[in-house]
Amino acid sequence: MRRGVAVGLALGTLALGGVLGFYLLSAPETWRMARGATIVADKRTPDLANGARLFDASGCASCHATPGQDDRARLGGGLAFHTPFGTLNAPNISPDPAVGIGNWSLGDFARAMREGVSPQGRHYYPAFPYTSYQRMKPDDVADLYAYLKSLPKVSDASKPHQMNFPFNITRGLGLWKLAFLDGKPFTPNPARDAQWNLGAYLVNGPGHCAECHSPRNAAGAIIPSQRFAGGPDPEGKGFVPNITQAPNGLAKWSASDIAELLKTGFTPDYDSVGGSMAPVIKNTSRLSDADRAAMAVYIKSLPPIETPPRPKKP
Amino acid sequence: MKRFVLAGLALALGAGAVIAQDAIAQRRDIMKAVGGATRDPGAMLKGEQPFDLAKVQRSLAIYADSAKTMPGLYPAGTQTGGDTSASPKIWEDAAGFKAAFDKFAADANAAASAIKDEASFKANFPNVLKNCGSCHEVYRVKKG
Repeated sequence: MRRGVAVGLALGTLALGGVLGFYLLSAPETWRMARGATIVADKRTPDLANGARLFDASGCASCHATPGQDDRARLGGGLAFHTPFGTLNAPNISPDPAVGIGNWSLGDFARAMREGVSPQGRHYYPAFPYTSYQRMKPDDVADLYAYLKSLPKVSDASKPHQMNFPFNITRGLGLWKLAFLDGKPFTPNPARDAQWNLGAYLVNGPGHCAECHSPRNAAGAIIPSQRFAGGPDPEGKGFVPNITQAPNGLAKWSASDIAELLKTGFTPDYDSVGGSMAPVIKNTSRLSDADRAAMAVYIKSLPPIETPPRPKKP
Repeated sequence: MKRFVLAGLALALGAGAVIAQDAIAQRRDIMKAVGGATRDPGAMLKGEQPFDLAKVQRSLAIYADSAKTMPGLYPAGTQTGGDTSASPKIWEDAAGFKAAFDKFAADANAAASAIKDEASFKANFPNVLKNCGSCHEVYRVKKG
């Protein structure tokens, strides 16, 4: 009997320790301690033109613009993503103070972009690609923030996510972030020129190209060794192409072919890209030729990586 | 008798599969022709090739013709197979799909009337090409 109590106590302590450990490890503050606080740009006059450029480069409108209308500046949210873990609904990020980001400080916004945390300290799902946005320069984040604040307020309330258990417990994302969110800023490669580095920044930071053009592991994180090698569509429809210099990737494309695709959506054979790449072209077509050329030069430099195997047809 | 019916059924099913493959191959060929017809005007838009009104008009005629044929090449049973990149939305919203091709044909015909010289070509042709991306966005799923 006494032994039973002892075992029960031990198990209870262990369970309590587990719960406590989970609670501590999954806290946004723990990640911040491990990866460092987010740098927020100093007070300065924001560059709204640069903010608009970052808005296009980051593809904000593709997910957050109200579906079924053409105004990319109406950021009422509502686009649904059917992921293997459940359905996510893009939230309202218009400057509406009640349902959007109207009451957010620049610090709130910068932490959302790098740490994937809401001002209330809740974890965001990484469908919001903070795994890429974390690389953005603090000044660019500040300009984007100012630009978003200049857009019209939309009063549509964000729809709640419908994630399956256990993925509906957002707290668990704290552990995911400890494993897969390194918090590092973009660091230029001194061996490469300014154009290549601009391209690397735009592609890996705001552009978040790898988020779709890479395979993911069972936890839903990009497999670093196969970055840009293509992979199953995150929504389970079709296959996203390999954009490395592999033979079945972009080996036969010139950098200007890549820049042309980003401008018009046409491949060198005048095929027009479809599916989820079509909204991406709507964003990249608005960038400058210089930004597109830089992205193209960087993408053309990606070493060849074999395309991961396709999922078997059902 | 039973065997005969079964054989007939198998044959009919086989023929159905052949027709399905034909439809998929045919729509693929037409789309390739549309892409091919875009090569010259595309190069002209980029300034890589001198403007040639006859070539432009020929391409617009190919667009309008293809837009008329295409919607009929998606019968039930051709949703999958032959590495098709057709989206299920084509069958979920057949009317919308047909309307997208009608718009493509109308835009191509309008451009054919409007384009007389290089300036009117540069002003009107890109509008026709917008149909490619907007239709592919909804009705096509890339398979790599």
